[in-house]
Amino acid sequence: MAIRVFLVLVLFLSSAIVSFSLYEDQAGLADWHQRYIGKVKHAVFHTQKTGRKRVIVSTEENVVASLDLRHGEIFWRHVLGTKDAIDGVGIALGKYVITLSSEGSTLRAWNLPDGQMVWETALHSAHHSKSLLSVPINLKVDKDYPITVFGGGYLHAVSALDGEVLWEKDFTAEGFEVQRVLQPLGSTVIYVLGFVNLSEAVVYQIDSKIGEVVAQKSMVFPGGFSGEISSVSSDKVVVLDSKKSILVTIGFIDGDISFQKTPVSDLVENSGNAEILSPLLSNMLAVKVNKRTIFVKVGGEGKLEVVDSLSDETAMSDSLPVADDQEAFASVHHEGSKIHLMVKLVNELDNVLLRETIQMDQHRGRVHKVFMNNYVRTDRSNGFRALIVMEDHSLLLLQQGAIVWSREEGLASVTDVTTAELPVEKDGVSVAKVEHTLFEWLKGHVLKLKGSLLLASPEDVVAIQELRVKSSGKNKLTRDHNGFRKLILALTRAGKLFALHTGDGRIVWSMLLKSQACERPNGISLYQWQVPHHHAMDKNPSVLVVGRCGSDSSAPGVLSFVDVYTGKEITSSDIGHSVVQVLPLPFTDSTEQRLHLIADTVGHVHLYPKTSEALSIFQREFQNIYWYTVGADDGIIRGHVMKSSCSGETADEYCFTTRELWTVVFPSESEKIISTLTRKPNEVVHTQAKVNTDQDLLYKYVSRNLLFVATVSPKGAGEIGSVTPEESSLVVYLIDTITGRILHRLSHQGCQGPVHAVFSENWVVYHYFNLRAHKYEVTVVEIYDQSRAENKNVWKLILGKHNLTAPITSYSRPEVFTKSQSYFFAQSVKTIAVTSTAKGITSKQLLIGTIGDQILALDKRFVDPRRTLNPSQAEKEEGIIPLTDSLPIIPQSYVTHSHRVEGLKGIVTAPSKLESTTHVFAYGVDLFYTRLAPSKTYDSLTDDFSYALLLITIVALVAAIYITWALSEKKELSEKWR
Amino acid sequence: MAKLTLVFFLSFLIFSSSIAFQSDELLVDDDEFGLEGAKPRSTDLYTSSSSSSPQQQQQSPTIRRRYSDPTDLDSKVQFTLEHAFGDSDFSPAGTFSARLKTWSHGGKTLTKLRFSRNNFSAEEKDAFKNLLKGDDFYRIRLPSNVVSPPGREFVVASVRARCLPRDGLDEHFIIHMEGANILAVSYGSPGACQYPRQFKLPAKWSFNSHTILKSSEQAPRTPIFTEEILGSENAEGEVEPPPERSFWAKYWMYLIPLGLVVMNAVTQASNMAEEPTGGQAGGAQVQQPARRR
Repeated sequence: MAIRVFLVLVLFLSSAIVSFSLYEDQAGLADWHQRYIGKVKHAVFHTQKTGRKRVIVSTEENVVASLDLRHGEIFWRHVLGTKDAIDGVGIALGKYVITLSSEGSTLRAWNLPDGQMVWETALHSAHHSKSLLSVPINLKVDKDYPITVFGGGYLHAVSALDGEVLWEKDFTAEGFEVQRVLQPLGSTVIYVLGFVNLSEAVVYQIDSKIGEVVAQKSMVFPGGFSGEISSVSSDKVVVLDSKKSILVTIGFIDGDISFQKTPVSDLVENSGNAEILSPLLSNMLAVKVNKRTIFVKVGGEGKLEVVDSLSDETAMSDSLPVADDQEAFASVHHEGSKIHLMVKLVNELDNVLLRETIQMDQHRGRVHKVFMNNYVRTDRSNGFRALIVMEDHSLLLLQQGAIVWSREEGLASVTDVTTAELPVEKDGVSVAKVEHTLFEWLKGHVLKLKGSLLLASPEDVVAIQELRVKSSGKNKLTRDHNGFRKLILALTRAGKLFALHTGDGRIVWSMLLKSQACERPNGISLYQWQVPHHHAMDKNPSVLVVGRCGSDSSAPGVLSFVDVYTGKEITSSDIGHSVVQVLPLPFTDSTEQRLHLIADTVGHVHLYPKTSEALSIFQREFQNIYWYTVGADDGIIRGHVMKSSCSGETADEYCFTTRELWTVVFPSESEKIISTLTRKPNEVVHTQAKVNTDQDLLYKYVSRNLLFVATVSPKGAGEIGSVTPEESSLVVYLIDTITGRILHRLSHQGCQGPVHAVFSENWVVYHYFNLRAHKYEVTVVEIYDQSRAENKNVWKLILGKHNLTAPITSYSRPEVFTKSQSYFFAQSVKTIAVTSTAKGITSKQLLIGTIGDQILALDKRFVDPRRTLNPSQAEKEEGIIPLTDSLPIIPQSYVTHSHRVEGLKGIVTAPSKLESTTHVFAYGVDLFYTRLAPSKTYDSLTDDFSYALLLITIVALVAAIYITWALSEKKELSEKWR
Repeated sequence: MAKLTLVFFLSFLIFSSSIAFQSDELLVDDDEFGLEGAKPRSTDLYTSSSSSSPQQQQQSPTIRRRYSDPTDLDSKVQFTLEHAFGDSDFSPAGTFSARLKTWSHGGKTLTKLRFSRNNFSAEEKDAFKNLLKGDDFYRIRLPSNVVSPPGREFVVASVRARCLPRDGLDEHFIIHMEGANILAVSYGSPGACQYPRQFKLPAKWSFNSHTILKSSEQAPRTPIFTEEILGSENAEGEVEPPPERSFWAKYWMYLIPLGLVVMNAVTQASNMAEEPTGGQAGGAQVQQPARRR
């Protein structure tokens, strides 16, 4: 009955074009937006002037940002494109932030206070090379020293004021690679040191005003250099030779080059390969030998001398001038759960200026990078603060022995997301005190009533807004009736798992993936491991985190099982084989642990959990387990079936061999796989039938084993517009992954990728570029089952002469037909997702992540192949929209309203318990969460429903009834007495 | 040797097609054929395109020489179907023969596909029976390129052996082609395969084969409606005034309640007129029993 009511409501609601939109005061009620920057690569402090202290950082997510040193907030930030990696950051003229990006071919200046771009200069670049940015440190603002940039074989001098290229020197012919640019203060001559073919050291003296080479000296080093370099003073650099066993000090005083070789073995006994660490220390360098860090002092004549060595892994900062011509540097090392921060003078390593011990969360890992800054304390002594980057990519500011602020920058590189339920609230145990007293509750409702009757004063409006945000206990740590409170589990590239609360986005717990086999496993993917539902209700749900030791796909994998409620790791294991594919099976054991198969590079599959019960379940279904692999490189899709236990090769009884069942071979000269996609395995389909306007019935071909594949001609695999329409074509396939049958194949001539697709129920929507029309297009394909089409007769249904209950096997020849339609779409797309609800009744919306990093909600009804130019009256009543050549972009239907999810990478949807509502989580550099109701919340009252008004109305009515009753009694009495 | 020249010729064709794109004449040709469908069905179309080819060949004399061999134009190809029982090795099981048509724009299509299936030998029968018993896979494969078999890789398909036997052994191939390449082959019984699969030996050990060749469908061009919308508006303008409905049909939902209200009012009014008398009578009736009490 309830479902019927739902259906009626859905039909009713879908008959009107629902444009999803918010009122201004509803923004921020159900949604939240978090801004991140990513793992910091470079940091430049700007603290000289009074006023706001800030630090300029550039990150691995290609973000340049200015952070408040006091609180860690972002003053401003710019996300450069994915291919625009930042190579260097500097501050010029005390007011511009200079960034060099794209391998030294783009130089930009940003205004320091507000982040406005001041100028941008594209520089010549002949080839890929290391790039170098040298911003002169000058305290006199009025004097314009040029910025020198090396990249792609060219050396440029660029004016800091307006970005004008003052001169450029072409070194491409000589193959000269600039390593260091030194600008002695007050001199117009700059020294450019570099190597030719890593065997000859060359020093150019160039007039910085006109770019003329004043002098040039070169000297061949017979052994060759390795390229690792550390400049120790204004006239000396230290380089490793190609064998990494000799340190070479190159002096170039007044343009004369001198080499001074010091074998590393002279410094440390039994030395292996040495490695020069990046910190720049004055007259000293840090070298890593035999897993130890040694400090080597460089004497006046290039003589090297070991002054200190540290045993464990220590992170160091560059040295920094402090008072009296002294230089100091910071080093951080671990000791248990504590980290020690030490600031020492470079010249006297025993002189420790600062020694601080800070308690550190174990789940942050080790310290990766340290950036130091000094300041003057109130007592005029030197104070130091350190910005540290941890292994989990988090950024912390240490000052006065405490963590002043921290930013979880790991969340800027989320790789996989899943959702989990919160614990059920136990009777009598209130987790958070959010319920108000009766008086407060009433007060709140009176306020709301005022608001709805437009009587509220501005203060009241603010109070209402606050109330709304706080209301309904949305931040509690327990499950709620509507399923609005959930945990979003996000796995980051650094291998850290975060649990975020849907209410306000706070981190409930976090856990760093660990492994015995390797130091720092990467996070790959996340699976629901155990979801107690019917059995094992006393168990907490858990997730499976799959990681890998190293970036190569053949690297050994790491599994970790994490309790969702507590965030504690239950067990973790180094599985000893590689992880290529993880296949969750549709079986669970008696404790509701889901069976998973993990395929390795050798072609074996491994069953998890490794219990005999799981094995027996697996053996029972052994015949019916299939899987497929997509070889994107060789253009072959292969289907596999289980063959036998691989007991012949290993004693592991949970390991199985497979054999090939089918192949689909795409001709390498005409097709290249660019996109594959399957349905979400846990998607719910409410009904298999679709009723047409003419009371005709269509049966959806709902199969879990469908694979959508898009191929493009190899020529057309590049950038959009790099080929002519004749050269490029796009072909899409729907392939059954059990038998390898191609159920649908459609080629789009003159079209090109990238293809972004979404697959749900029996339809696929994909987005690509049409070269002929010079526009993006969206095509929908719906696939219907014809073998059940005869079951329309009611009598057949009543008499049971139908095949609706017959088991479906993939080995029958499918009788399917497809319907498809294409539309133009005005925007470029980064990702597409679809809303998913608990029962699949609510109509669906496509969530399109646009190039502007926003999410557009588009009703599925706009991509319905039944749309016609002039729909009949019946079709109109059913909600079919007249066909248009392009899909509308309604500004109100941006789910992200005023926010931008910078660097958008993916959108995840999860159903709530309330059928109308779905959770939407988008990640990229930023995170964004909201709840969506594609057909409006037809099954619940809105949050701001005024219960007080209802109550007052009822009370007033009751009172009125009593009064009128009393009055009528009175009147009747008086009538009777008349 | 003949094969070699064939390969040469074909590679030349591919090559020449890329050169031929410069020719205006050809492009127009190409476009037309491309739009009509990648493989024109009638041979007439084909011959016309073949006659246009030599003109194109005038451009380079070396090519013309090769072209003198007429059999190359419309070559016959043969490729073998191989099968395997369970995990056994593949062995030949039949031969497909077809004509390979080459279009002026370098495209190739297979037509007139014939299939001759070898009957099972005694050993193969036993192997197949074993498959039936074990509900194992009967696997087939085809070369991925029909011109230079096996091409890059074999195209493999499998079916549970129990799906095949009816009276005889019924099989159904759908070969997905892209030019001279075989993308994939769907293999199975022509109709449904019952589940659970019953063990059943075929009555006759002969194959009953059906084969379909499929090439890709062209997606329809996305219609552009700028003009049509105007047209449709005009058309709508003609149609738009819907058949004028009667006043009653339009407003019945208002009229009925109105009528009821009016009727109600009328009866009320008539009652009112009678009320004094009626009221008194009623009052008297009520009062009478009271008095009796």
